[in-house]
Amino acid sequence: MGYGAAIQVRGIAKSFGEVRALDGVDLEVPAGTVLGLLGPNGAGKTTLVRVLTTLLAPDAGSAQVSGLDVVTDAKELRARIGLAGQYAAVDENLTGLENLTMVGRLYGSGRSAAKRRAGELLERFDLLDAAGRPAKTYSGGMRRRLDLAASLVAEPPVLFLDEPTTGLDPRARRGLWEVIEQLVSGGTTLLLTTQYLEEADRLADTIAVIDHGRLIAEGTADQLKARIGGSVLEVTLESPESAPAAIAALDGLGDGEPVVEDGLVKVAVAERSGTIVAAVQRLSAAGVGVDDLVLRRPTLDDVFLALTGHAAEAEPA
Amino acid sequence: MRRLVSDTLVIAERNLVRLPRSPDLLVAFTIQPIMFVLLFRYVFGGAIHTTYGNYADFLIPGIIVQNIAFGGFVTALGLEEDLRKGLIDRFRSLPMSRAAVLAGRTLADIVTNTFSMLVLLVTGLIIGFAFNTTVLEAIAGVLLLIAFGYAFSWVFAFLGMIVSSPESANSLGFIAVFPLTFISSAFVPTQTFPAVLRGFAKVNPFTIVVNAVRYLWEHGQGVGVSNVWFALAWTAGILIVFAPIAVWRYRRAAVR
Ligand SMILES: Nc1ncnc2c1ncn2[C@@H]1O[C@H](COP(=O)(O)OP(=O)(O)OP(=O)(O)O)[C@@H](O)[C@H]1O
Ligand SMILES: [Mg+2]
Repeated sequence: MGYGAAIQVRGIAKSFGEVRALDGVDLEVPAGTVLGLLGPNGAGKTTLVRVLTTLLAPDAGSAQVSGLDVVTDAKELRARIGLAGQYAAVDENLTGLENLTMVGRLYGSGRSAAKRRAGELLERFDLLDAAGRPAKTYSGGMRRRLDLAASLVAEPPVLFLDEPTTGLDPRARRGLWEVIEQLVSGGTTLLLTTQYLEEADRLADTIAVIDHGRLIAEGTADQLKARIGGSVLEVTLESPESAPAAIAALDGLGDGEPVVEDGLVKVAVAERSGTIVAAVQRLSAAGVGVDDLVLRRPTLDDVFLALTGHAAEAEPA
Repeated sequence: MRRLVSDTLVIAERNLVRLPRSPDLLVAFTIQPIMFVLLFRYVFGGAIHTTYGNYADFLIPGIIVQNIAFGGFVTALGLEEDLRKGLIDRFRSLPMSRAAVLAGRTLADIVTNTFSMLVLLVTGLIIGFAFNTTVLEAIAGVLLLIAFGYAFSWVFAFLGMIVSSPESANSLGFIAVFPLTFISSAFVPTQTFPAVLRGFAKVNPFTIVVNAVRYLWEHGQGVGVSNVWFALAWTAGILIVFAPIAVWRYRRAAVR
């Protein structure tokens, strides 16, 4: 048991009827670091966050956050964590200021102290101009910022953010990333779930990849990239209809199965030399028209593909 | 315990500050009850024969009880929405009292129920309703209605915790509330009902509470003081059953 682990998870399992949402997860997040929990829809990310934030009792296993057990010390634990769930949980009929003041008072602050803290957060999240407006008039990005602000009311040492940037446009997403980066530079421990590899790559010290309720890989972005070793062959087809033929032609060329992602056919390959020539020969023998073909170093996306056999940024189910 | 009280007040405040901002809720709490009074008094009133000097005297206690039942929908729908939008998750992740979210909601209901009752009483007084007993009895009737309304809010709080959508909250609520209010003495004397319905009406808590208030406000014929004790027993019974199971559902509620 590592001293200084802010989050420690051992063998956590949780089923909903037939569905094994979590199937024995082990994790450790050192204090002051950021863990990016990466996985596609239905992987079990939200379920794990709900277990760690005391909202859901696990069927098996144990977990400590900030040294407190999520089941037996739930009450004390709630005072030390902040949660921004997958869907911005703000009261639409209250103003931004009222929302944050309410949360502060529910943490046990007096009215004026809660209001003062709310003002600070609104300023920090660039919501001062909208502070007096009901939250239902906020844009998606403003709601997310308000929700994030609400999770920080009590300055919790451990913070859980469940897909904080899903549904935001690229600019709003980058804005939120900056806010989160400032936060963790102050020493907060953060567990962040995401479907975006770019996000995990940028924000997380360690990345844990989860699929079907199991951790399938863990490490820094570089370690994970190193895991699939070589490179990725990417083929742009002249016509998307020939994808099945291209997959058949490239089968056995690399280490992984060929897959189609974003209209590209991708294969992980360990050995660079000769790959391009072999690929071109196979594709032309199969009569597949090729528009473009590159052999490049892997990204996290490719890691995911190699680990799970399917793309990470799946369309919402 | 101190946390329960202070957190409950915070949540009650949250539910009340939204009212002036929601025109639809204001309509639900004012215009709608007035409409019902006028409809019953002038559309059905002439055809309904009671032993009361004035149909308004008969009607007003019934309408107030019906209004409490309909007002409960706002509670059920509000809680269902809080659950669906993840607000309940936020509350449950806070170090606040576990009962406060529902206790605050039902406390706010006391305010809205009392407000609606005042609107109805004023409307009633204009169309011929009068208190025909002592001031103390009249006040006791008001307090009984507030207490019954509070207990009934917990039924709707429970409903809001178990339904899976606003539509099912609506239909479940209607299925419960329509028979309870209409197969009762709220709007018409029950003597003309077929035997089966009369049997139901007799044990229906709505009949008992309406008759208790008729006793306290009018000393109406055929309603005795025993109705008051039975009404109090029903109020306590509903509260004792529904408050704990609503809180129990809240503790294990999950976003859908
Ligand atoms: N309350 C519930 N009742 C029944 N099944 C559930 C419940 N919550 C989650 N599940 C199931 O458990 C599995 C994991 O769900 P979870 O919400 O943890 O996934 P996720 O990784 O957060 O996905 P997403 O990216 O879509 O948010 C899914 O198959 C889901 O359908
Ligand atoms: Mg999720």
